[in-house]
Amino acid sequence: MAAFSAVKIPPPQFTTVRSSSQRPGSSPAHFAHSPSAFNSISFGSAKSVRSRPLFAVSSDVVSSDKTKPASSSASNPAVTREVALELYEDMVLGRAFEDMCAQMYYRGKMFGFVHLYNGQEAVSTGFIKLLNQSDKVVSTYRDHVHALSKGVPSREVMAELFGKATGCCRGQGGSMHMFSAAHNVLGGFAFIGEGIPVATGAAFSAKYHHEVLKQSKPEGLDVTLAFFGDGTCNNGQFFECLNMAQLWKLPIIFVVENNLWAIGMSHLRATSDPEIWKKGPAFGMPGVHVDGMDVLKVREVAQEAIARARRGEGPTLVECETYRFRGHSLADPDELRKPDEKAHYAARDPIIALKKYIIEHGLASESELKSIDKKIDDVVEDAVEFADSSPLPPRTQLLENVFADPKGFGIGPDGKYRCEDPLFTQGTAQV
Amino acid sequence: MAMALRKFGKDGISIWRRGFSTTAGLESSSSKDATPVNLFTAINQALHIALDSDPRSYVFGEDVSFGGVFRCTTGLAERFGRQRVFNTPLCEQGIAGFAIGLAALGNRAIAEIQFADYIFPAFDQLVNEAAKFRYRSGNEFNCGGLTIRSPYGAVGHGGHYHSQSPEAFFCHVPGLKVVIPRSPYQAKGLLLASIRDPNPVVFFEPKWLYRLAVEEVPDADYMLPLSQAEVIREGKDITLVGWGAQLSILEQACEDAEKEGISCELIDLRTLIPWDKETVEASVSKTGRLLVSHEAPVTGGFGAEISASIIERCFLRLEAPVARVCGLDTPFPLVYEPFYMPTKNKILDAIKSTVNY
Repeated sequence: MAAFSAVKIPPPQFTTVRSSSQRPGSSPAHFAHSPSAFNSISFGSAKSVRSRPLFAVSSDVVSSDKTKPASSSASNPAVTREVALELYEDMVLGRAFEDMCAQMYYRGKMFGFVHLYNGQEAVSTGFIKLLNQSDKVVSTYRDHVHALSKGVPSREVMAELFGKATGCCRGQGGSMHMFSAAHNVLGGFAFIGEGIPVATGAAFSAKYHHEVLKQSKPEGLDVTLAFFGDGTCNNGQFFECLNMAQLWKLPIIFVVENNLWAIGMSHLRATSDPEIWKKGPAFGMPGVHVDGMDVLKVREVAQEAIARARRGEGPTLVECETYRFRGHSLADPDELRKPDEKAHYAARDPIIALKKYIIEHGLASESELKSIDKKIDDVVEDAVEFADSSPLPPRTQLLENVFADPKGFGIGPDGKYRCEDPLFTQGTAQV
Repeated sequence: MAMALRKFGKDGISIWRRGFSTTAGLESSSSKDATPVNLFTAINQALHIALDSDPRSYVFGEDVSFGGVFRCTTGLAERFGRQRVFNTPLCEQGIAGFAIGLAALGNRAIAEIQFADYIFPAFDQLVNEAAKFRYRSGNEFNCGGLTIRSPYGAVGHGGHYHSQSPEAFFCHVPGLKVVIPRSPYQAKGLLLASIRDPNPVVFFEPKWLYRLAVEEVPDADYMLPLSQAEVIREGKDITLVGWGAQLSILEQACEDAEKEGISCELIDLRTLIPWDKETVEASVSKTGRLLVSHEAPVTGGFGAEISASIIERCFLRLEAPVARVCGLDTPFPLVYEPFYMPTKNKILDAIKSTVNY
């Protein structure tokens, strides 16, 4: 069986479907959804009129029109100039940062297992740029760009990757564990699926604060985004959380970054029904499929999903069809994916697509975009210099933060840190 | 990642900080039909033989069909077909339970957990189902055909979730066997023995040694006995016990101690449960001192069990307390790995302080 079948399929037909049990203006116990532009919701009820075959592969028909989101026309751009430039800058930051990571890795400045996000920037930018500071992001091991989009300074992320004390986790976490309390990034999980229940709990906390403790905000509930991949959608924790989130109507959005591959396992061969968005309706929440290589389409879907969550209407499952241009990690030779599949998605590079869109709609000139590129290059260079010149963490940090009270552990009976004990330091290896 | 294979010769100096441990030659067959291979190739050979010799054996796990992330399963899918060698989705709990079901109906299920750090979702199935299957069904059913293979241990840059050594958790479960090889020759024999053993076995492979360790391994089908420890090096002053990749560090410490006039006896436990108490007891009766070393954190690690059992058996013979040189009681760190690990110097210090007690 071929790993990737470039099947020509007709463009997806979506209709707005209302569940028969819905009452207008009803309490959150039933599906109350806005009749607006959310025309890509699909419910798995008998009324759906989908005619898509089973493979979740984008057809050429969709990809050729990639720069135009559904609701805009050629002369009427879907976003303002400011927003377009913000999106462009964020995606370029993600790309430039990851490319710099690869360089640094091969120069030995960075080590361990590093997983790069090249090609998937539209998903991160499309979603996270709509969030407030108090909204939460939970990610996987492919988390550098999620942290950057959420606002963690590139200096801190780069220093964390280098293992320095100035990193966002003080050098303890590394590439796969980006945490930031200030920016509400709840990690960074090396283990697939482990972040989803954590995100579900965070969403419950937000809802509790809003409804029970009455710490309301004018904009509504704090939203939690859980990012994860296609492989994770076969894991038990995913399904458990879909159930809990819908049961308790939590303000969470499950964002599936379906890049078709889990290291070397093709999604189509690992999943009985590869259309992940269908798993949402099975649990009673809307399931949406969106072209994850088009940042404007992602942003449109994200806007609606976030608005739903803020109103208290519950979770949404969004499947973003995207692709990673590099291997699974920097140690992955990436031999299994066919060149024509890679070329197909490389032609849909989200940054190039947005650039084309901006120029075609006259939102900015080429030179302005180039100056953004240059500015980002400077930012990334500065981040590397900062990380390089930062100090390594002190040895005492090894025993810190195992428990809350440092004196309860890690400090010997004489009151000194155990690692200051000469017997301990005598036996250590050179770094 | 360096693909160079390094031979650990008697006169060669290992450039890598860790080499690997050779056998004392007590059990090696003639080298006519043996080739020097590394650890993952030896395991690959064992799997080929296991699937060949039993038509109802299966290999499955994440990414195994293209060969696996460590190349242990190369060639199996092509040779035996995708009905017998197949990828599973990313669900460790499902993989373990599914393997138990296969084994319960008389098949040999060789499941791979991609990293030992990921074995914890499967822990429930292994502890609550696999270990108790024969017991609670009164021998109506058993899952003896179950073998779980998993790479474990530090690798230099693995960080929190690619370096853990969870063997102690499984050693606390009656009904399971835990086997850990130290070198390619041992790995092939022990893996074949584990697969054919009529009990569920968790087989941990030291991932650091996958490419690094090279040894002459016979091409034929051979098995090494389970629950038998091996004395790799004879000595008379102190007994050192370890398993897996840690033995190479212990061996380096032995060499250094030799220069200072301390003669060390080194034992590879090979099977952690049920472990060979007699061999260790005999050795400690001879030397009077014991040191156990493992990568897992010291508190509650398997060294504690060894220490307690030996003290029970050899109390009057012991000249010094049992020393444990193990990982620290912290989560496996990222940057601090060299400080966390039980390095050669730490072991040497402990040897000297035990001998001079």
